Amino acid sequence: MPESSKTALTKSARAGLHPLARYLGIRLGLTVLLMFGVTLVTFTLTNLVPADPVQAALGEQAAADPAIVAQFRENAGLDKPLPVQYVTYVTNLLHGDLGTSQQTRGAVADELGRAFPATAELALTAIVISIVIGVGLGMWAALKRRTITDQMIRVVSLIGISVPSFWLALVVYFVFFSQLHWFPGSGRLSPAAIPPPTVTGLFTVDSLLAGQVDTFLDAVAHLILPASVLALYTIGLLTRFARSAILEVLDLDFVRAARAKGLPGRVVVTRYVLRGALVPIITVLGVAFGSLLSGTVLVEKVYSWHGLGEYAYSAATKLDLPAIMGVGLVVGFVYIGLNFLVDVLYGFIDPRVRVA
Amino acid sequence: MTDVLAVQTKRRSRLRISKQLRTPLALTGGVIVAFWLLVAVFAPLIRPFDPLAQDFDRLQAPSAAHWFGTDQVGRDVLSRVISGAQVSIPLALMLVIFAMLIGSVLGAIAGYFGKALDETIMRIADLVFAFPTIILAMVIAASLGPSLTNAVIAMLIVSWPAYARVTRSLVLGARNAEYVVAGRLLGNGPFTSLSKDVLPNVVSPVVVLATLDVGTAILLLSGLSFLGLGAVPPTPDWGAMVSDGVQNFSSWWIAAFPGLAILTVVLAFNFLGDALRDALDPRSQEAVQGRAL
Repeated sequence: MPESSKTALTKSARAGLHPLARYLGIRLGLTVLLMFGVTLVTFTLTNLVPADPVQAALGEQAAADPAIVAQFRENAGLDKPLPVQYVTYVTNLLHGDLGTSQQTRGAVADELGRAFPATAELALTAIVISIVIGVGLGMWAALKRRTITDQMIRVVSLIGISVPSFWLALVVYFVFFSQLHWFPGSGRLSPAAIPPPTVTGLFTVDSLLAGQVDTFLDAVAHLILPASVLALYTIGLLTRFARSAILEVLDLDFVRAARAKGLPGRVVVTRYVLRGALVPIITVLGVAFGSLLSGTVLVEKVYSWHGLGEYAYSAATKLDLPAIMGVGLVVGFVYIGLNFLVDVLYGFIDPRVRVA
Repeated sequence: MTDVLAVQTKRRSRLRISKQLRTPLALTGGVIVAFWLLVAVFAPLIRPFDPLAQDFDRLQAPSAAHWFGTDQVGRDVLSRVISGAQVSIPLALMLVIFAMLIGSVLGAIAGYFGKALDETIMRIADLVFAFPTIILAMVIAASLGPSLTNAVIAMLIVSWPAYARVTRSLVLGARNAEYVVAGRLLGNGPFTSLSKDVLPNVVSPVVVLATLDVGTAILLLSGLSFLGLGAVPPTPDWGAMVSDGVQNFSSWWIAAFPGLAILTVVLAFNFLGDALRDALDPRSQEAVQGRAL
């Protein structure tokens, strides 16, 4: 280990690069490669796997007309060899052309663009809830390890990762909206509320920017149910992960030293233990976000949340292949991008990463 | 020195309690899994009605005649939930076994032979990890066309890489151990060496992963069916039944019971997998020793 890190150091020194810059450069390169890999996957699934790609792209009605089919084959370059088709495909992607939805006849890219902010707002809210509750519960369990509390938290987190989210979405909707009327049921805003002027596309942020407190409160009220349903799985995930990360740190010498010199428990936990456990917890955030994005596909429909998830749901149930591939591509890119961000964060927080 | 010893004995005693506390969870999981396996095996005997027969009034609330009510086309929900066990559980078990076999064989090849084989296999695995699971499974299942078989194929494609990664890293760790090298020097070929000397190091972590994966597989399968990309109507699949509930929202029983079925099965497998992981984790092996002392 010291040997390899030494050579890495001298190498990067020779290249005249800061180790952190070198680390980020490698990560960025890998990220771009993976993104190309993702386009290869969606290309294969669009053009090679379906029994009849023409029908998959055009839909049944249009595919029955030979003239349309011939026109489409020529336009799409289906008569050309595969590598050429792939180049055309990627070129189209780079121009923001993700094909045409069979259902709506609209450009998939535009529809995804409209849907994206809604999902971003939902997923960000859910990840914040998950981090606060998940890390909190994980820490509580670690501090009370091998007690009844620890066991209870273990059961809660196992339930979290076992509940089918699409079912929980229905149950929560039925109980808290239909029966109790505690929260608004569907949509991102009440019908009476005026959507704030678009800046970020996130209603909570935009309404605050515009100074519309009522709209902000309304948007938050609409967020609570779907975000909580989505967060349950990631809470389960993060609780377990945070617990083991914190347990690992609790046994280390510097924590024992902090205790031994008489620091109060609260200070030891927040300044020493939590900080030490932060790095492994951050690495799992990428995965957690990925499962949130998956979750939106199963949850948004129930709440008529017009985001990527609802779009994917209606595309999947209607077998609208261009739209489904668009979702796959966009979510794949977002996921890879987020993991890159996690790597960057990781590089800044943990100096060891830069040289290894 | 004595302090350290004191800390250790103190921890041992705590561990001993934890071992006793942990058993109920595994036991609960085992009982529920056994219950559902029995339901799956004896489904034709215990279900009160034909799960496909549309014999009854539509959307009846739960009653003495229909404990779980009837659905939007007049089928008995209880019979469909019972029959659903025959769909989800065997498919999930089969899927996990195949994913485990394919993934660990590929991972072992990658780890043992290295070089180009390793690069090829692991880069493909990386591609799978570039997507969130359900998204990739959804995309693959959609392009293959909706059916249970295609859903299972899609799930296999997204599931094997996890096993490949774990197996590869374990094989990498064991490959250069002295006893493996000694075996090679005695004249064992690569496959004898892999199966006799390396494999025993790999089995238990992979089995833990597989047990924890059964629950995930059931969730994934029912998720795909919920999206209309798995079981095709009228197959009594739990995910598809919850999806029926979305369309008939005020009849809560249509979705509630199949969802509870999914929850209990998945939870039970996760209880079992969790306990198994603890039992095989080196840190809790200390616990086993602690109890022996």
